[in-house]
Amino acid sequence: MHEERSFEPETIVGHAGNGCSSEQLFPAPESPDTSHVDLSVDLAGVPLKNPVVVASGTFGFGREYGQFYDLSELGAICCKGLTLHPRQGNPAPRIAETPMGILNSVGLQNPGVDGFIAHELPLLQRSDVKVIANISGDTPEEYGVMCERLSAAGVDMIEVNISCPNVKAGGMAYGTRPELAAEVTKMAKSHATVPVMVKLSPNVTDITEIARAVADAGADALSLINTLRGMRIDVSSRRPILKMNVGGLSGPAVLPIAVRMVWEVACAVKLPILGMGGVSTGEDAAQLMLAGASAVAVGTALFADPYAPLKVRDGLAAIAVQQDLSAVNMLTGGIRPW
Amino acid sequence: MPIQQTCTVASMTQLDGVTWWMTLEAGKLVSDHGLSGGQFLHIKCGDGQLLRRPISVAITGWDEPEDLVTLIFEVRGEGTKWLSQRKPGDTLDVLGPLGNRFDVSQPGRYLLVGGGIGVPPLIEYGERLQWPRTAVLGFRTGSKAFPCITSRFQDHCEQTFLCTDDGSLGRHGFVDAQVRDLLEKEKSFTAILACGPKPMLKSVAKVASEFSVPCQVSMEERMGCGIGACLVCAVPMKDGTMKHACKDGPVFDAEEVDWDA
Ligand SMILES: Cc1cc2nc3c(=O)[nH]c(=O)nc-3n(C[C@H](O)[C@H](O)[C@H](O)COP(=O)(O)OP(=O)(O)OC[C@H]3O[C@@H](n4cnc5c(N)ncnc54)[C@H](O)[C@@H]3O)c2cc1C
Ligand SMILES: Cc1cc2nc3c(=O)[nH]c(=O)nc-3n(C[C@H](O)[C@H](O)[C@H](O)COP(=O)(O)O)c2cc1C
Ligand code: FES
Repeated sequence: MHEERSFEPETIVGHAGNGCSSEQLFPAPESPDTSHVDLSVDLAGVPLKNPVVVASGTFGFGREYGQFYDLSELGAICCKGLTLHPRQGNPAPRIAETPMGILNSVGLQNPGVDGFIAHELPLLQRSDVKVIANISGDTPEEYGVMCERLSAAGVDMIEVNISCPNVKAGGMAYGTRPELAAEVTKMAKSHATVPVMVKLSPNVTDITEIARAVADAGADALSLINTLRGMRIDVSSRRPILKMNVGGLSGPAVLPIAVRMVWEVACAVKLPILGMGGVSTGEDAAQLMLAGASAVAVGTALFADPYAPLKVRDGLAAIAVQQDLSAVNMLTGGIRPW
Repeated sequence: MPIQQTCTVASMTQLDGVTWWMTLEAGKLVSDHGLSGGQFLHIKCGDGQLLRRPISVAITGWDEPEDLVTLIFEVRGEGTKWLSQRKPGDTLDVLGPLGNRFDVSQPGRYLLVGGGIGVPPLIEYGERLQWPRTAVLGFRTGSKAFPCITSRFQDHCEQTFLCTDDGSLGRHGFVDAQVRDLLEKEKSFTAILACGPKPMLKSVAKVASEFSVPCQVSMEERMGCGIGACLVCAVPMKDGTMKHACKDGPVFDAEEVDWDA
């Protein structure tokens, strides 16, 4: 048992001569007492009981994973991306596995904003968890209408997706052009009565340019990153695996890109950041927080392990204990760049 | 309700170069959680594979101290290769029970139609259905019709017809020709239960509809979450909506499916 445990070499040296029993010499690192760590964070004025959010499109509206654990264990739920009218999404195959990642081309299948408000939101609101509605529009006006209806319905926050690479109309263009991103942000802000978080696309040359435009337009927070455009081809049939040919890459493979972009954006603007992209452990989440994120979202990792968000939360708490922090929010922006 | 269950491999039997019969000790998945044939387990295949792999449940049994579940699978890629390398005593991380099952609540006579690796999910229906049934089982070639599987149908069904694409065993040709002959003689089947590759399902559904016999098909689609949250496993319906293989299926009413999508 002992040989499987890991430890800081200093600890051993420091205690070796003290006549400690082996139990004291090899404390189990897996389950430190984290009960005294304050896990709560603030995201643009929305208090989250812990920094772990589930990423839009990977968690539906909470019904399914809610069979595995109580949704109140999470900091917040970003709902599946909504559009003004219901959408059926793209033809299958909609998923392909890649080295340490996946490509998806779901294409914003959703029941529409009214369907969500009527049939999904009431159930979510019965749980003690913050609800973040994620929206995509074909026109700036559509974003405005959705913000109005969702604010009235009582969601806690709105995440404006200007970056989903899957829908030909709209989507892509907003996230890659600063003036369009700003226009959508203004429209959302003027119609929403809850905080507006704009979700940035990584498929740009300089993400800080978009971040600044969106910040200047009045966004309350930023979330990043959405998926990266990618492709996988079946060599024997010479066909792309995805029926849409290309899709969005997510999962552990994108973590370093997410960390870099969160850092760049945190340096460029003063807004709170919800960091995401490839998080599957507390360590991954801590990287994003050190780079500047106030909270983190877990997406693709859910598919391997439904309990991943809770493990990320507990992992973060354990890191706080190791680093003698009384609160996990002390990690935010704590990077020591060279 | 699905749970995450650690299963222990009880036995591994290789049926041929690529086909494996794997029996798992599966906690109380059968006795407490109602897992049964036709449903599937979503299996973590090592750390190298991010996505779980869906495999149908072939045979279930209550047992002490743990229920037993048999999976029959073919090695197709990295995930199923990893699965085939498991040894008795190894553990597997599975999600289950997942998906629906064939609806056999109507009294009457059933026609089971299986093709290739789509035959195992019908075993429990062949063996345990409380109504009389006939089986039509199709294989690429005779060596793929493993007696340990086909005999389970032959021992319990009124009639069992074997077909092979190359004529090396049973009737030469596809299962839909055999199904047509059966329905021409007698249309009184309550329902057809079909599992196999999509082209086979499509042609069986066509014959069923010609003879106005209700037909249920078990469909495969690439999956992410396996529980209905991510919407990747979309199966298009005739009415223009999407259903999802993992949650609404894998069994669908053949009349609802858009076969031309
Ligand atoms: C509901 C359901 C039940 C199934 N039951 C069985 C069974 O009982 N026995 C059996 O041998 N096979 C079954 N399959 C097919 C089995 O899931 C695939 O053969 C397996 O996922 C291939 O994984 P791989 O890593 O070996 O292949 P790869 O080709 O390397 O897999 C790459 C990715 O594609 C997916 N994929 C590839 N082929 C399929 C497929 N046919 N269906 C769904 N996803 C696929 C994989 O899951 C993986 O995500 C079933 C599929 C579904 C959807
Ligand atoms: C299947 C799937 C569906 C997604 N759908 C949406 C969506 O509807 N709206 C959105 O803003 N992002 C969507 N995303 C992107 C995720 O929210 C997240 O930004 C991205 O996957 C990176 O995080 P991850 O690596 O933890 O998954 C989706 C991702 C996946 C894998
Ligand atoms: S695999 Fe996620 S919805 Fe079916």
